[in-house]
Amino acid sequence: MTDSKYFTTTKKGEIFELKAELNSDKKEKKKEAVKKVIASMTVGKDVSALFPDVVNCMQTDNLELKKLVYLYLMNYAKSQPDMAIMAVNTFVKDCEDPNPLIRALAVRTMGCIRVDKITEYLCEPLRKCLKDEDPYVRKTAAVCVAKLHDINAQLVEDQGFLDTLKDLISDSNPMVVANAVAALSEIAESHPNSNLMDLNPQTMNKLLTALNECTEWGQIFILDCLANYTPRDDRESQSICERVTPRLSHANSAVVLSAVKVLMKFMEMLPKDLDYYGTLLKKLAPPLVTLLSAEPELQYVALRNINLIVQRRPEILKHEMKVFYVKYNDPIYVKLEKLDIMIRLASQANIAQVLAELKEYATEVDVDFVRKAVRAIGRCAIKVEQSAERCVSTLLDLIQTKVNYVVQEAIVVIKDIFRKYPNKYESVIATLCENLDSLDEPEARAAMIWIVGEYAERIDNADELLESFLEGFHDESTQVQLQLLTAIVKLFLKKPTETQELVQQVLSLATQDSDNPDLRDRGYIYWRLLSTDPVAAKEVVLAEKPLISEETDLIEPTLLEELICHIGTLASVYHKPPSAFVEGNHGVQHKGLPGSAGSAESESPDAVSAGAATEAPAAVIPSQGDLLGDLLNLDLTPPATTGPLPHSGGMQMGAMDLLGGGLDSLMGAGFGAPPAAMPPAFSAPVSGSLYDLFDLDNGVGMPLGSFCPPKTVWLPAMKAKGLEISGTFVRHAGVIQMEMTITNKAMSVMTGFAIQFNRNSFGLAPAGPIQVPSPLSPNQNIEVSLPLNTVGPVMKMEPLNNLQVKKTLVVFLFRQVFLATWKDIPNENESQFQIKDCHLNSDAASNKLQSINIFTIAERTVDGQDMLYQSMKLTNGIWALAELKVQAGNPNYTVSLKCRAPEVSQCVFQSYEAVLKN
Amino acid sequence: MLGFFVGEMIHSLFLINLSGDIFLEKHWKSVVGRSVLDYFFEAKEKAVNPEDVAPVLQTPHHYLISIYRGKIFFLAVIQTEVPPLFVIEFLHRVADTFQDYFGECSENVIKDNLVIVYELLEEMLDNGFPLATESNVLKEMIRPPTILRSVVNTLTGGTNVGDMLPTGQLSNIPWRRAGVKYTNNEAYFDVIEEIDAILDKSGTTVFAEIQGVIEACVKLTGMPDLTLSFMNPRLLDDVSFHPCVRFKRWESERVLSFIPPDGNFTLMTYHVSSQNLVAIPIYVKQNISFFETGSCGRLDITIGPKQTMGKTVEGLMVTVPMPKAVLSVNLTASQGNFTYDLATKVLVWDIGKLNPQKLPNLKGSLSVQAGAPKPEENPALNINLKIQQVAISGLKVNRLDMYGEKYKPFKGVKYVTKAGKFQVRT
Repeated sequence: MTDSKYFTTTKKGEIFELKAELNSDKKEKKKEAVKKVIASMTVGKDVSALFPDVVNCMQTDNLELKKLVYLYLMNYAKSQPDMAIMAVNTFVKDCEDPNPLIRALAVRTMGCIRVDKITEYLCEPLRKCLKDEDPYVRKTAAVCVAKLHDINAQLVEDQGFLDTLKDLISDSNPMVVANAVAALSEIAESHPNSNLMDLNPQTMNKLLTALNECTEWGQIFILDCLANYTPRDDRESQSICERVTPRLSHANSAVVLSAVKVLMKFMEMLPKDLDYYGTLLKKLAPPLVTLLSAEPELQYVALRNINLIVQRRPEILKHEMKVFYVKYNDPIYVKLEKLDIMIRLASQANIAQVLAELKEYATEVDVDFVRKAVRAIGRCAIKVEQSAERCVSTLLDLIQTKVNYVVQEAIVVIKDIFRKYPNKYESVIATLCENLDSLDEPEARAAMIWIVGEYAERIDNADELLESFLEGFHDESTQVQLQLLTAIVKLFLKKPTETQELVQQVLSLATQDSDNPDLRDRGYIYWRLLSTDPVAAKEVVLAEKPLISEETDLIEPTLLEELICHIGTLASVYHKPPSAFVEGNHGVQHKGLPGSAGSAESESPDAVSAGAATEAPAAVIPSQGDLLGDLLNLDLTPPATTGPLPHSGGMQMGAMDLLGGGLDSLMGAGFGAPPAAMPPAFSAPVSGSLYDLFDLDNGVGMPLGSFCPPKTVWLPAMKAKGLEISGTFVRHAGVIQMEMTITNKAMSVMTGFAIQFNRNSFGLAPAGPIQVPSPLSPNQNIEVSLPLNTVGPVMKMEPLNNLQVKKTLVVFLFRQVFLATWKDIPNENESQFQIKDCHLNSDAASNKLQSINIFTIAERTVDGQDMLYQSMKLTNGIWALAELKVQAGNPNYTVSLKCRAPEVSQCVFQSYEAVLKN
Repeated sequence: MLGFFVGEMIHSLFLINLSGDIFLEKHWKSVVGRSVLDYFFEAKEKAVNPEDVAPVLQTPHHYLISIYRGKIFFLAVIQTEVPPLFVIEFLHRVADTFQDYFGECSENVIKDNLVIVYELLEEMLDNGFPLATESNVLKEMIRPPTILRSVVNTLTGGTNVGDMLPTGQLSNIPWRRAGVKYTNNEAYFDVIEEIDAILDKSGTTVFAEIQGVIEACVKLTGMPDLTLSFMNPRLLDDVSFHPCVRFKRWESERVLSFIPPDGNFTLMTYHVSSQNLVAIPIYVKQNISFFETGSCGRLDITIGPKQTMGKTVEGLMVTVPMPKAVLSVNLTASQGNFTYDLATKVLVWDIGKLNPQKLPNLKGSLSVQAGAPKPEENPALNINLKIQQVAISGLKVNRLDMYGEKYKPFKGVKYVTKAGKFQVRT
C-alpha cells in the first residue's frame, strides 16, 4: 500500500467522492481522505473546494490527522479567509493542550496563516507560548513573532513582543536563544534603524555561549549575527576569534563559511605582528580546502567565496594551489571557478606546474573551459613576468593545433602580452599571421588587426592583410571596424607611400558609409588630423602606450571589503553588493571592515567610508564648425562592455588622460585659426562632493542648498581660446544639476553653444539642451544650470583604447585608484625622504604642490599628523604616488614615494623640495 | 544591522525529474507559480549533463538554488538574501532524510510516500528556519514506513506520527534520544578512505589527496560516553566532526570524546593532503592514439600494483569517456569484461581483482567516423578500486573506551580504501 494510489482517482466526481469520505463517521476513512487531499495538493491540484470539510476534521485527538489538516489549512487559508476563521477556536484550545508538541504545533500553524482576522486571535496564545515552561514551545513561539511581524509589524510592537523576544536572548536553552536571534535578525532587516539587536559585550558573551550548544542551523544564525558586532579593541577581537575558531571544524559547510566570515572580519583589527594573527591565518586554510571535497554545489559557492578571500588575503591559500586543479568530471561551473582561483594564486614559485595544468586543460572537450584555460595562460604571462616566455611558447604550441577556438583565444591573449612586454615577443607575429583566415570571432579579429597595425613596419604584407579585412568592412562588428580604422591609419603613418589609397578607402567607409557615430567620429578625427598636421597625427596615433596592469579583473577594493563582510551570502556568489540586486531589501546598509587599531601599518586611508567616487567627464561644445561638433564625441572603446556602476579601478586613468589635455594638444596642433570655436574638454575634480551627489540610494534629495561644493575652474581660458568654464555639481530636490559659469574671454563673440557628455561611469547625461543665450559677447559671463539625469549610457572605461594621446600633467586620480595603485606597487619601490625646515601648514603645502600639478587626493589626520595622499604624472607617462606627512610645529616633512619606476623618485623628491621651500 | 532575511528563507521547494516534470511542490509562505521554473528549464536545456546546471540561478524576482541528487533536482525558490550554502546544505539534508527513510532517494519512492514526505518537509522547516533535521529526532515524530507497521496501522487504526515530544529535541544532546535499550550492545566503526588523484601521461602524480570518513554504527543502551583514540592522530590536521564530538578534548588530547547518536552516523571526516602521505596503489600504462589518416586509432592499457600495503586490489574498473567521433571499438581484454556504450561513448572495463603475477591488459583498435577530423581531446581514464583492511593514509584506531554505562559492548573497527576521483591523463 503506497501513496501512489491517491493519484489513481482522476475521474470527474473526485472532489465529490472525497467530500463524502471526509464526512464519514469512520476515523480511518477520514484520515485516508485527508491524505488523498494532501497528495493532490502536493502535485499542484486545486482542492480548495473541500475547505469546510477538511476543517471539520481538525478537532481530533489523532495527532497525525491534526497535522494533516494543519498542512491543508496553511496552504489554503489565504484563499478562504472567512472559512479559516472556523479553525480559530481549535487553535486557541490547542495552545492550552497539556502536550507541548500540540501547543507548539498550534502556535506555529497559526503564524503561518496570513489572514488578518486570525492574526488578532493569535496574540494571546502567542504571549503565553513565549513564556511557556517547555523550551520547545518557547523556541517555536520565537519564530512565530517574526512571522507575525511580517504580517502586521505594528501589532507586534504594540503588543510588546519585541521586548519579550529580546529577553529570550538570555534564555537558558541554547536553541531558544538561536531562534530568538534568528527572529530578531529577520525583524531588524525590515527595520534598518531600529535598535533591535543591540550588540554589546554582554549579549556577545551570551551568544558565544549559546553558539557552542545549539544546533548547526542555529550556529549559522548566531555567527551571522556576531559578524555585525564591532569589537572595542584588538583584545576583544582576539577573544571572539578564539571562541569562533572551533566552528571551522564543523561538518556543516554553511557553519564553516559563516565562521570564516566572522574571522575574516575581526582579523582586520588584529595587529599583524601578533603571534595569534599568524596562527589564525594558518587555521583558515584547512577548512576552506575541505569545502572543496564536498558536493559540487557546495564547492561552487565555496569557490566563489574563496575567490574573494584570496583577493583580500592571498597568504591564506598560497600553498594550496593543487586543490584547485581541475578534475575532468567536475561540473563545468566548478571547473571555471577553479581556473579563476588558480590564476589568482599563480606566482613565480608555482608557475611551472600551473602552466603544465593549463596546457592540459586546453585539450579538454568542453569549449568554454578550453577557452578560459587559454586565456588563463595569457593572464599568467602578464602576471608572472618570469613565466612570460614559457607562456608564449605554450600559446604557440596551442596555435599549432589549429583548433579554431583555441587559436582565436590565443591570439586575443597574445595581443595583451604584447601590450605588457613591448618589443619582446614580436618574433611570433609571422605564426599569428598564418592563422588570419581562420579567425571568425570579432574579438579575435580585432586583436589580430590591432597586432598588424601596431607592428605594421615589421610585417611586409601588412597592407595586403588589412586590405583583405576591408573587403567585408560593413559586415564586421563595431569592434573590428574601429580597430581596422585605427590599424590602417597606423599603417599609413608608418608607410605613407604605399598605403594612401587604403587609408582613403577606410576613411570614406567610416565617415560616409557608416551610420555608427563612434566609427564616424573617429574617422573624422583621423581624417582631419592627417590632412592638417601629419606630424601631430603621428605623435597622437603612434604614441607610446601605457603598460597594462598586472592583474586583470580584480574586484575594486571598496567593493571587496564590503563583500568580505557578506561572505557566504548571495552577494558573495554574484560578487555584487547586496544593495545592487536584492529586491525588497529595505535600506541595506553598506558594511565595511573595521580598521586595524594600533597597527603600525596604515592600510587604507578612509577605507570604510570611501564610496565609489569616479570622475564624470563631460564636454561642452560651442558648435560652430559642422565637423567640430562631432569631434568630441570620440569614444574611447567600442561599446562592448558596460560595467557595474560603482566601478573604478586603474582603468579610468586612460580615459582621463585623453580628456584632460590630450584634446587640447590635439587641437592646438591640428587647428590653426578657428576663432572662438574651441571644443574644450575638462574633467571634473570632485571627489568627496560627487560621492554625496551620487548617493542616490537614499531616495529623497538633500534639503535644498544643504551642500554646494564651490565652483572650480574646469576649463581655463588659455586652453580653449578664450572660453572659460567653471562649475560644480549640486543637487536640488533630488535632481543633479551641473552649475556652470561660462565666460567669454576672447576678443570675438561666441555663438551656438551645445553640450555633450562623454560616456561616463555614472551614466550622467544632460536632461535637456543647454540654455545659453547666444551670442555671448567678449567679457560677458553667464550662469548656466543644466539638469542632469543618469540614464545615459554607462560605460566602464578601459585602458585598451587605441587613441592614446597624452602630453599633460593634469590628471586627477581618485581615492580608489590611488589605493589600488598604491597597493599594487611593490613595497621595494617605496622610498622616503625628509624635507627639512619647511614652515607651511598642510593646506598651504597642498596648494603649492597643486601649482605644479601634484594633486592631493585625500587627506586625513592621524595622531596630530596630517597625511596628504598625492599623485602626479610625468610627461613620459610615469605615475608616482606620494604620502606627505606634515606635523604641526615640526618643520621636517616626510615624503614617501611609490612609483613603478623607482629611478624617478629622486627627481620627484627634488621638485617637492624646490616647491615647498620656495 | 543584520545581514539577511532569515525567515521565508526557502519560499518554495520543487522536485523535478530529468525529463522536467514537477512531481512535488511545497510552499511555505505563499504559492509561487511554476513559471518561475522557466529559467531553470532554460539552464537545464543548455547544460550538456544534468550535473552541469549551475546551482544558483538569478531570475528577475527570485533566486533558484538547486542540487542534483538521485536523478532529481531539488530546487528551492528564494526571494531574499540568504546564505546559499545554508540552502544547499538543507536540500542535501532533505535528500539524506529521504534516503534514510525510504532506503533510496528516487522519484518513485517519493511518489509512493508522498504524505510522509510532506509531513517530513513540514517538520524540517518552519518559516524558513530548519526545525528538526537530525534523523533520530525526525524518526520519533514521523515513523519511517515499514511493511509491518503499515499492516498494523491498517488493523488498529494506528498512526505514523508520534504524539510525544521527541526527547532529543531540546536536550543539550539533541542527537540522542533518552531510554535507548538494546539486548546486544555494539559499536562498530568503519574507516573509509578515498583517494582523489590525478596522474599525468608518464604516471607522475600531479595531485593526490585522501578524503577520509569514519562511519559509525552504535547501538548502545542508555547514555554511553565514548572515547576513541588513534595510534597516529598527527595525521589528522584537517577534520570536521559530528556535533557530538567535544572539540576541546580533541584540541588538547587528540582523542574523540562523544555521546553518540543512536544508530548510524558519520563521526568525522578528514582530509590528508600532504602528498608524501598519499600512496598510489596502482600504476597504469596506457596509450590511446588516433592516426591522421585511415579513420582509426589504437588503445592499449595495462594496470599493475604499486603501493598496495601488501593487500590485494579488488573491484578494479576503468572508465574511459571516448571522443565523440569514436564509432566502435575492437578490443581484447586479458582479464575481465569490457563494454562500449555507443550512445554515451563510454568504455567501461571491469577487471575485478588485480593479480600481480598476470597483469590485466586491454588492447585493440578504435574505429573513427569516416571523414571526421582526428579527435583533438585526450580522453582521461577514470579508475575505481577497493582495498580491504587498510586505510591508505596509515590511520589506525588505538582503542575505544566507554564510560557512563556498566555493560561491556561489542566493539569493532573496519578499514577500507577506495578510489575517489582517481584519474589518469593520456
